[in-house]
Amino acid sequence: MRPIVLLLLFTLLALAACQREERDTRPQSALGSGEQPTPVTTLEPGGQRPSPTDNKAASFEANAFHLSEGKRLFGWFNCSGCHANGGGGMGPALMDQKWIYGSSMESIHATIRDGRPNGMPSFRDKIPDDQIWELAAFVRSLSGNAPSSAAPSRNDDMMAHPSENRMPDAATLGKSP
Amino acid sequence: MPAKNYASTRFSELAEINEGNVKNLQVAFTFSTGVNKGQEAAPLVVGNTMYIVTPFPNIVYALDLSKPGAPIKWKYEPNPEPAAQGVACCDVVNRGAAFADGRVFFNTLDGHTIALDANSGQPIWNAHIGNINIGETITMAPLVVKGKVLVGNSGGEMGVRGWVKALDAGDGHVVWTAYNTGPDKDVLIGPDFKPHYDMDKGKDLGVTTWPPEAWKIGGGNMWGWISYDPDLNLIFHGTGNPGPWNPDLRPGDNKWTSGIFARDPDTGAAKWFYQWTPHDLHDYDGINEQVLLDMNWQGKPRKVLVRPERNGYLYVLDRTTGEVLSAKTYGPVNSSKGVDLKTGRLVENPDKLTGTGKVVRDICPTASGLKDWQPSAFSPRTGLLYIPHNNLCMDEEGVEVNYIAGTPYVGMNVRMIPGPGGNRGAFTAWDIAAEKPAWSLKENFPVWSGAVVTAGDVVFYGTMEGWFKAVSAKTGELLWQFKTSSGIIGQPITYRGPDGHQYVAILSGVGGWAGAIVSGDLDPRDATAALGFVNAMKDLKNATTAGGTLYVFRLP
Ligand code: HEC
Repeated sequence: MRPIVLLLLFTLLALAACQREERDTRPQSALGSGEQPTPVTTLEPGGQRPSPTDNKAASFEANAFHLSEGKRLFGWFNCSGCHANGGGGMGPALMDQKWIYGSSMESIHATIRDGRPNGMPSFRDKIPDDQIWELAAFVRSLSGNAPSSAAPSRNDDMMAHPSENRMPDAATLGKSP
Repeated sequence: MPAKNYASTRFSELAEINEGNVKNLQVAFTFSTGVNKGQEAAPLVVGNTMYIVTPFPNIVYALDLSKPGAPIKWKYEPNPEPAAQGVACCDVVNRGAAFADGRVFFNTLDGHTIALDANSGQPIWNAHIGNINIGETITMAPLVVKGKVLVGNSGGEMGVRGWVKALDAGDGHVVWTAYNTGPDKDVLIGPDFKPHYDMDKGKDLGVTTWPPEAWKIGGGNMWGWISYDPDLNLIFHGTGNPGPWNPDLRPGDNKWTSGIFARDPDTGAAKWFYQWTPHDLHDYDGINEQVLLDMNWQGKPRKVLVRPERNGYLYVLDRTTGEVLSAKTYGPVNSSKGVDLKTGRLVENPDKLTGTGKVVRDICPTASGLKDWQPSAFSPRTGLLYIPHNNLCMDEEGVEVNYIAGTPYVGMNVRMIPGPGGNRGAFTAWDIAAEKPAWSLKENFPVWSGAVVTAGDVVFYGTMEGWFKAVSAKTGELLWQFKTSSGIIGQPITYRGPDGHQYVAILSGVGGWAGAIVSGDLDPRDATAALGFVNAMKDLKNATTAGGTLYVFRLP
């Protein structure tokens, strides 16, 4: 008996020491944010203005729960059918440092919501807004743009590439290998 | 037509260029298509004009061969929907145009068939027959038979229901549509339908060999080749893979996918069917070329149909009945253990069954098959079939997948690896009568180009590094090669020019499924990119770059 009680005590203590990340298990309604402009260019006559940021972007970006949800949704909504596990196929690679429409959370959110002309479908009516933010956060993790403490780790499935929490930042790799 | 004749032999009677002098070939002229995507088309030469269709945006050029340097006679831009690029499974290719009665017929990626006046390039009609919002595209070269333009759809990776349509060559209206899944009336199966094997007999098998409703999103597309036998008045066409790739979602034989139909070209009525790969587990589309030959088969004259199939077998069929006379592997195969000639059925290897949540390793051949679309050539002078093909194996894992119209419906993680020996491609001369290879050449990359053979006993093909090669039709000895600007995945042709001399032409420009890593700039760190092909092609970016150039050669 005694050892078991001790063990339980220790486990409780250990658990109490962990700071648990906040989790939005009840995301907001289907329609939502993201009506602000998201330029797809840095060329702005007369000089660049700071691009507007969405507060969803920051709260979703470094959040392990949202990232892992994003990973699940990436398969669920067949993103993986066109982009494979980030290396691309029918759609472009998402794990490299090359972005056609911008790499910010806001740009990727707009890409998924509104679609893009050369074959990226618009998921506006298919995916609730918060899940689009989760997808955007996960897409960024593919090119190493998510904290390794929060990004998804090893799959239970066939490993297509090193897990997201070990992906190097594509932008600093110099060139796409 | 790209295949030279209705029998699809890709054999040319021209013999000015022969084994002895082919080494002297030199460039006559070149032409940039202006499109840096996979160039799978065959240039078409009729009279003094050469017609070329580019990959998306499917520009058609007519080049005047009677003038020095073959200047542009006209150019036609169909302006297909850019969004079509996103639903084309494997690069945005086009396999060429067809010519009949002063008209050029071709298909666009976004689902149009267009007839142009061959002299002026003016459009005569434009039929919209495919819908990109359900993932439907068109990549095949049409075939014109008895005043009808035969066209099939692509989309086997998007849950698109496959069909073949006959359009009236005069005005483009649809004369008949034959679906490759669904009830008999949709498949145009009627009283004339007499399949040879019991497994293909029964009512509405296109419905009953599927879970409820699954045939509606079950693939069986027709994006490959059609042959025609005027004596029998039959067309022959294959059917693509069932969808999704993950077989757990579609228990049953999944008729009429991964098989071949013989149909009456006037009505579309099916005459017979044979299923190469019942309940396909590995994306073995059945749409490769069918070479129609009249030959002595084991002492008896027979009308045969020769098919190097994606599942790895070289089939010889009696084309009047659909009976399998021979099915021998022409490369490494472990996904099946042979074809039972009594029942006609492919014998699956129980060790290589795919399914959800299960990683199955070292399956040969790959989803791209021992051979994909790249058409072979047959020489009556040697009795050999010249087969450009792959030598690849793969690991597969079934994963869950949802059907969302217009998005991929695959459900399989795939990663490909080089096959036994390490050479990823081969060019094999197959002795049809002896049922064995005469010789085989190893190539580092998959041989994704077609072949053409001539009465000069020379065979031409290209490699994905960009070499355009001439080898002896008898021995396979390399006689000449020329390095083009990009990898070659096109269909070589040979023709007699207005000056009476023989020319050889090829489009160079890497891409297609095998070359998508270059044409789509994919990331080789993801083993599953381009449906797993990228894993086997990691070094292609170091070997070649995208391009789109026509090369034409002649003797000095
Ligand atoms: C039907 C195929 C298809 C599906 C499904 C698809 N995409 Fe795309 N995607 C594309 C294509 C094609 C492009 C390139 C569009 C262009 O260049 O205009 C693209 C572009 C993108 C981009 C922009 C890349 C850049 O460089 O700027 C992102 C991000 C993206 N997709 C994410 C997703 C996500 C997340 C999903 C799932 C919700 C998804 N895609 C589903 C085909 C697809």
